[in-house]
Amino acid sequence: MTLALTLGELSASLFVFVLAVFLGFEVISKVPSTLHTPLMSGANAISGIILVGAVLVAGARGGAGLLGVAAVALAAVNVVGGFLVTDRMLGMFRKKRP
Amino acid sequence: MNPLVRDLVYLVAAACFILGLRRLSSVKTARRGNALAASGMLVAVVVALLDARVAGYGGIAAGLLAGSLAGAVLARTLPMTAMPELVALFNGFGGGASALVATAEFFTPGRGEAPAELVAISLGLLIGTVTFTGSLVAFGKLRGLVASRPVTYPFQRTLNFLLFAAVVAACGFVVAEPGRHAVYGAALAASALLGVTLVLPIGGGDMPVVISLLNSYSGLAAGMAGFALNDRLLVVGGALVGASGILLTQLMCKAMNRSLASVCFGAFGKLEAGEGGGEGGPRVVRQFGPEDAAIALGGAQLVLMVPGYGLAVARAQHDLRELADLLQARGVEVKYAIHPVAGRMPGHMNVLLAEADVPYGQLAELEQVNPEFPRADVALVVGANDVVNPAARADRQSPIFGMPILDADRARLCIVLKRSMAAGFAGVDNPLFYLPATRMLFGDAKASLSALVAAVKAS
Repeated sequence: MTLALTLGELSASLFVFVLAVFLGFEVISKVPSTLHTPLMSGANAISGIILVGAVLVAGARGGAGLLGVAAVALAAVNVVGGFLVTDRMLGMFRKKRP
Repeated sequence: MNPLVRDLVYLVAAACFILGLRRLSSVKTARRGNALAASGMLVAVVVALLDARVAGYGGIAAGLLAGSLAGAVLARTLPMTAMPELVALFNGFGGGASALVATAEFFTPGRGEAPAELVAISLGLLIGTVTFTGSLVAFGKLRGLVASRPVTYPFQRTLNFLLFAAVVAACGFVVAEPGRHAVYGAALAASALLGVTLVLPIGGGDMPVVISLLNSYSGLAAGMAGFALNDRLLVVGGALVGASGILLTQLMCKAMNRSLASVCFGAFGKLEAGEGGGEGGPRVVRQFGPEDAAIALGGAQLVLMVPGYGLAVARAQHDLRELADLLQARGVEVKYAIHPVAGRMPGHMNVLLAEADVPYGQLAELEQVNPEFPRADVALVVGANDVVNPAARADRQSPIFGMPILDADRARLCIVLKRSMAAGFAGVDNPLFYLPATRMLFGDAKASLSALVAAVKAS
């Protein structure tokens, strides 16, 4: 399970990373400035995906596990707080009286 | 769990993130987009919990519970005016988590040995830690705990450069000799210091750039941790956020006509405006009382509101909307002219005004609204300064020359609500305040606006 990373795995990750960067640019390139804050805050919540990594290392025993638990707590604040606050903001963007 | 099943679920989660981000960039679909991204996150976390590497659940449950609770309380209870610092705080936590994951990976027996993995670990440590301490400083500045003016000291750039070199060197040593834990500690400490010294010199007006840049970093840090853990979902999620943050950063820089380098290293707010601004003879400030302003507003056909950071500080967004409603009820056409970098984070004014129930159809972006100023009877500037400074158009000596501004000076009458004659965050004098068609109404934005509302009602 704890095999060291191979170059093949690394290059596959690099491949995915670069494509996702291009995709990220494309997907949000037309965002109106009205949505700058919610977009940033929503993207911020997505960067809380590190929660997945934190869970994986937090399951281990010993010191690394403890670091992982701290990471889980921080990432959970980021994820839960980030999505909720984005939703709260977007809830205020209503179209009344056109 | 079967690796194939895991990968397929990860793929679904990644698709949720991409579609979520796409929907977040249109007003109609944004809320559903956010919910979609959140559900992607939920399935991803569930899959991670079922992973064979997870041996015990006690610590994870405690961390999840504490973090989720804290996040939910902060997100639900803080007032909208506190959004910039809240976003900065959440961002810092994400970066901190990435640095911790990289560190845990480094100290796990059997991991953190291959050079490629060590490169990813040290980059995750570096970017994550810089994001963490940098965001905390930004939080402190936005909250008023740290001086929001640029903090400068001699040889600042040189020191920052040396510090950056030290961080890179320490990371290099970590890769070369992973057995020496002290080197790892040094890399951590130097990165933490670098985050502080990078953000400390940046002034309040440049905060939109910094916040979006740190947002990008938190994504990159998660992506680097993804490389180290060989976890593609982390890589995808991190890359998406990294890219969107950079894009937003570029938009903010463009809105200020500045390069990223000049924001990061320029200590902008420190520049003193040359004393050459007063060529046109003695400069006179003409004042208005609320009654004069009410008469001008009440008799107008088109009024353009120009909100700025002062509106956020005074929490006067509701009062501004009340005034706008009152004028609209009397047949005056009202629009809100929004500068992309007004406030302290990208889109700050839009969020504030949305909170006050201003329909987003009345918010007009810079390019859209600027041609309308010459036909506006009144431009009402509320707590904005640098974004309406005509020196940006005309004065080549001005530090903000070239920045796109809202043409409030081209309206027939410009009423400026302002606390005092103090300069804006850029520390630059504003010729708008001395123009013959400008009237100043001094006072706190909230107090001035309620006085205006009362005066309009009475007239």
